[in-house]
Formats: sequence, C-alpha cells, structure tokens
Amino acid sequence: MNQHGFTKESLRKKFRLSEYLSQRIITGVAFLSITIIVLIFFFVFKETIPVFQQPDKGSAIDSEELVQEQYGVFAESEEEDDRPEVYGMELDSALMGSRDYGADASTAEDERVTVSDLLGDQWYPVSSNPRYGLIPLFVGTIKITIISILFAAPIAILAALFSAAFAPTWMREWVKPAIELLAGFPSVVIGFFALMVMATVLQELFGYETRLNAFVGGIAMGLAAIPIIFTITEDALTAIPGTYKEASLALGATKWQTALFVTLPAATPGIFAAILLGIGRVFGETMIALMATGNAALISANPFESVRTLAATIGAEMAEVVFGDTHYGVLFLIGSLLFVFTFTLNALAEFYVKGRLMKRIQGKIS
Amino acid sequence: MNRRRNITGGILVGASAFSAISIIAIIVVILVIVVIGAKDTLSWEFITAFPENGMTEGGIFPAIYGTALMVIIMSVAAVPFGTITALYLTEYASEKSVIAQTIRFAVRTLATVPAIIFGLFGLGFFIKFVGGGMDSFFLGGELKWAQPNILWASLTMSLLTLPVVIVSVEEAIRTVPRELREASLALGATKWQTIKKIVIPGSLSGIMTGTILAISRGAGEVAPILFTGAAYYLATLPTSLSDQFMNLGYHIYIMSTQSADVDGTMSIQYATTLVLLLLTFLLNFVAIIIRARIRRRVKA
Repeated sequence: MNQHGFTKESLRKKFRLSEYLSQRIITGVAFLSITIIVLIFFFVFKETIPVFQQPDKGSAIDSEELVQEQYGVFAESEEEDDRPEVYGMELDSALMGSRDYGADASTAEDERVTVSDLLGDQWYPVSSNPRYGLIPLFVGTIKITIISILFAAPIAILAALFSAAFAPTWMREWVKPAIELLAGFPSVVIGFFALMVMATVLQELFGYETRLNAFVGGIAMGLAAIPIIFTITEDALTAIPGTYKEASLALGATKWQTALFVTLPAATPGIFAAILLGIGRVFGETMIALMATGNAALISANPFESVRTLAATIGAEMAEVVFGDTHYGVLFLIGSLLFVFTFTLNALAEFYVKGRLMKRIQGKIS
Repeated sequence: MNRRRNITGGILVGASAFSAISIIAIIVVILVIVVIGAKDTLSWEFITAFPENGMTEGGIFPAIYGTALMVIIMSVAAVPFGTITALYLTEYASEKSVIAQTIRFAVRTLATVPAIIFGLFGLGFFIKFVGGGMDSFFLGGELKWAQPNILWASLTMSLLTLPVVIVSVEEAIRTVPRELREASLALGATKWQTIKKIVIPGSLSGIMTGTILAISRGAGEVAPILFTGAAYYLATLPTSLSDQFMNLGYHIYIMSTQSADVDGTMSIQYATTLVLLLLTFLLNFVAIIIRARIRRRVKA
C-alpha cells in the first residue's frame, strides 16, 4: 500500500456488465458496413461463377485462342436501323445471319460462356442462339458517360466557383441549398422528365431521328451528376486556406484573377475527385438509362442513336430470367464489373486525390 | 490591357453565375412542368383510391401505402444500426485508428455503390441465400421466403440508406459539447451512462434528420426494388412481410415505359410523379430545417 491509500486493486476499473456489453455490441455493429461491402462482393461474384463453370468442356487456354479468332469477325450491323425503342429487340435476332461460334459453343445444351463470347459484339440474350457480347453495352455506357460528364462537369464546376468565390454571402446561402435540391430528385423522376419532355424538346431542337438516344440519356444523367460534382467541388474550393486568397489579393490581383489562377488550381485534386464520383454515379445509374436511352444495344459513335447501358441491361432483364441459367449469371457478371469499377473509382478519389489535396494545401507539392 | 482583363473577368463571373442560375432554372422548369401535367388529376381521391380499369383510371393509394410501409421497415433496420455505427466512430474509436478509417471508407463506398448492385445483392443474398435457407430450414422446402417480397426489398433499401443515417448522426453527435461529456464522466458516470444520458439525447435531432433523409432517399429509389419485391399491380394491400408491394417510383417507371396506353395515362403519370416529388421534397425540407437548427445551436 502506498501513501495515498490506492492499491493496484482499487485503481482497476470495476467490471460492469453493461459497460462491457455496450462496448462490444457497438464495436460489433460498427463492423457491419465493412461486412456488407464484403458480402456484396461475395454474393454478386458468387452468382457469376456458374457461367464459367459448366461441366466438361474447355479450359482457360482455348478461350484465349477463341479471343484471337474473334477479333477479326466482321460486324453484321446493316439491319439495325429501324429498331423499336422498347426492349423488343430480342425478337429480330432470329433474322440475323447466325454466326459460327466455332465448334466449342455450337452444341445446343452446352451454354457455357467463354471470354470470347463476352467480347462479342452482339447482345442477344433471349434467342435460340443466345449471344452475350458485352462490347455494345460497354460502348453504350462509355458513350453516355462521356456525354453526361461533358455536359455536367463544366456547369457544375462553374456554378461551384460562383457559389464559393463570386456570390455574396446572402446569395450563397440560397444558391447552394437550391442546387443541392437537385440531389433530392429521385432518378426515376429525372428519367420520367427526360422521357416525356426533354426527349421531345431536344429532338425538335436538333432534328435527329431516334427520339430516345444517348444524347437525351446523357443530358438527363448529367442532371443527376451535377449536384455531386457541384457539392464536392464547392467543398474543395472553400477548403482552400484564406491565406492563399489574401496573399493573391494583397499582390494586386483582382477577385476573379484570384479565383481563376489561385483558388481553382489549388483545388484541382478535389475537382478531379468530384468528376470521378460523378462518373461513378452516371456509370451505375439505372432508372434514367432504362427510361431515356432507347435501350438498343448498338455499336456506334453517333451520339444520336439509341444505346443500352450495363446497368439498364441488368434492370431490364433480371426480372425475366430463369434463376441460375447462363443469362442470369451473365447479368450478375455485369453487376460485378459495375461494382468493381465504381469501387475502384471511389478508392481512387478517396486515397490518391484527397492525399494530394492535403499535401498541396500544406505546401508539399507545388 | 486593363480593359481586356476586365472583359475576361466579366466573362468568367458571368459564365459562372449563368451556370448556377441555369441549374436552378432547370429545377424550376421540372417542377413547373410536373405540376402543370398533374394539376387536373391530382386530388384527394387520386391519393386515396385504388387503380381501376387496368391502371388507366383511379388512384394510387396502394403505391403510396406500399412505399410508406417499405420506408418504415427500412428505417427500423437502418436507423439503429446507423446510429450505433456513428456512436462507435465518434465515442469509441480514435480518429486515426485503422479500424475507424476502414469503417469510414466502407461507409463512403457503400454510398457510391450503384443502386442496381444493391438490387442484385438483395436477390443473391436476401432472396436466394437467406430466404432459400429459411424455406428449407423452417418450411421444409416450401416456397415462401425465397421470392421477392416487401421485407427483402426494405432490407435491401436499408443497406442503401445506411450511409445517409451514419453521416448525419455522426455530424449531430459531434455537436454535443465536450464539456458535457467531461462533466458527466467527472461526476462518476461511466462511458455507457454518459452516452445514454448525454450523447444520445443531445443528438436526437440529428438522428431524426438522418431518418428523414434516409426515408426521402429510400422513397425515391427504384433500382434496388426492381426485382426484390415491387409489383406491377396488386389488387390488395400487402398484409404480411412475405407479400409483394406497389411502389410510387416503380409505378412511374412501369406506367411510362411498359403500360399498354402510355399517352392515355399521361396525367396519372404526372400526378404520381408530383406525389413522389412532394413527398421527397417535403422530407428533405424538414431535414434541412432541423439541420439548420442544430448548426445554429453549435454557433450559439
């Protein structure tokens, strides 16, 4: 016993069941988010495995060989002109010249999908000779992503610059929440608006043929991406230390020069992150794609033709597939690809970009 | 020289102001067009009546009811778990610990996962794995839970809204002054007692904001429930957790893309859209007001 009368015993925290339990439970529940991510990875991937695991045929090697052969195949795209806007396109696949997939895939009951099948340029999952080429879906998704980011990023970044640098305080307090109101629009509402109003107006304005196309869908998805890009850019701009601006102003630069040559460059990593997250949003957007893009799986560079995106394909077809068959597995495969892609984008935005932003603000990178 | 600078500056300021104003203008245009399209149809009867005549007439009551039921079940699942996660992040974990950072990363990832992926996950995990397991375990293989229903749809939606709850509760917990916690601990209260008596009551409004925002988000999302429980048309309201349900957003989607008579039901579609918009806006608005109050309290 020492002079204060404390013992090792008396200093030890009294064991209380409620304390112990609450700490354990709270810690346990906090891991739920991590668990969910892992479970999503696991279960979405798990459903795709059967696609590659049909019995007895082939190996990784001969699918490699098939990829080689496949590249030279010419596209049979002449008869794709007057496609209806709905999902009816599976019907006319019977009209198409049937393509020789090589000896491997031609047996009727063998539904195994090889890597080369997935790299094919036709998406006809529901036909007597189903084809699961993902290339048109990728082309459609990338096309629409480019259109919507080209539309959304400049507007959102300029609006953020206005809100962060030019607007007087009272106006900023109105502008910011008003723009963020757009984030509260359900995507089905934006899709509905695009389908009913924008499609018609834009068609009259530009005079193209197909009413629902990549352009309409891209603009509509841009509306969904604007609030994300705006908010993150605005945060990045306001996070730039006041000393930067004060130094610039003290050297005689005007307000807009400071904004354009000091604040904006300093915030570029944050703006980059904003665009990445905007891309992630557009890439995975389902309802707008389903409603406003026309949903025809075409390969073309023309922005005024219908497209079918990866996410919309899942949304349109999953309800009608037989659980466990090849089509079902391929849809889950598309889901896995989407998940991996958005996960990567998010991780990139998180670690690389934010790290750079912090370093730059602290003056470690010029 | 000076004049050219002024012109450049004027263009920059003008372009940025124009961008901000045009975004707001787009919002206003959408609202106005939806209101105009809906004004002839939207009535008390429209909200309280069942669809009739193959959904070409009548109201949308089952869709409102189904949406409400879904967001309630969703909140019951998402709010407690989200609140507890926020408590862990603020009260137990140290800011720099690897665990806390991993959890934060997971939460942010969860917030950026496309909605349709949650739908796939709901199908693969809840319906096939959990539901299938329940059927073979309790019912001996009889098909009851291994199919889309309101429970699985709500749980799928709760995963999507979990980050919303976590973020706003965390923000609210951080506004509880440290002095209050320290006073409580100095009086001999334990950590759990402090959380129970000081932290949670102090952040109740934040928990409410989180719940409201989650509901507003969940009410508007369609992709996760496309194949986990939403139904095209049901003659009766869902009475058990294993029933399917009608949903406002899904109703809009179906009516505008797959109904037999898209043009004839146009005003019904607009009115449904307006109801959904009003619902989500109203909820967002309430959340913004509560949040502004919290922030004012912090400043004071």
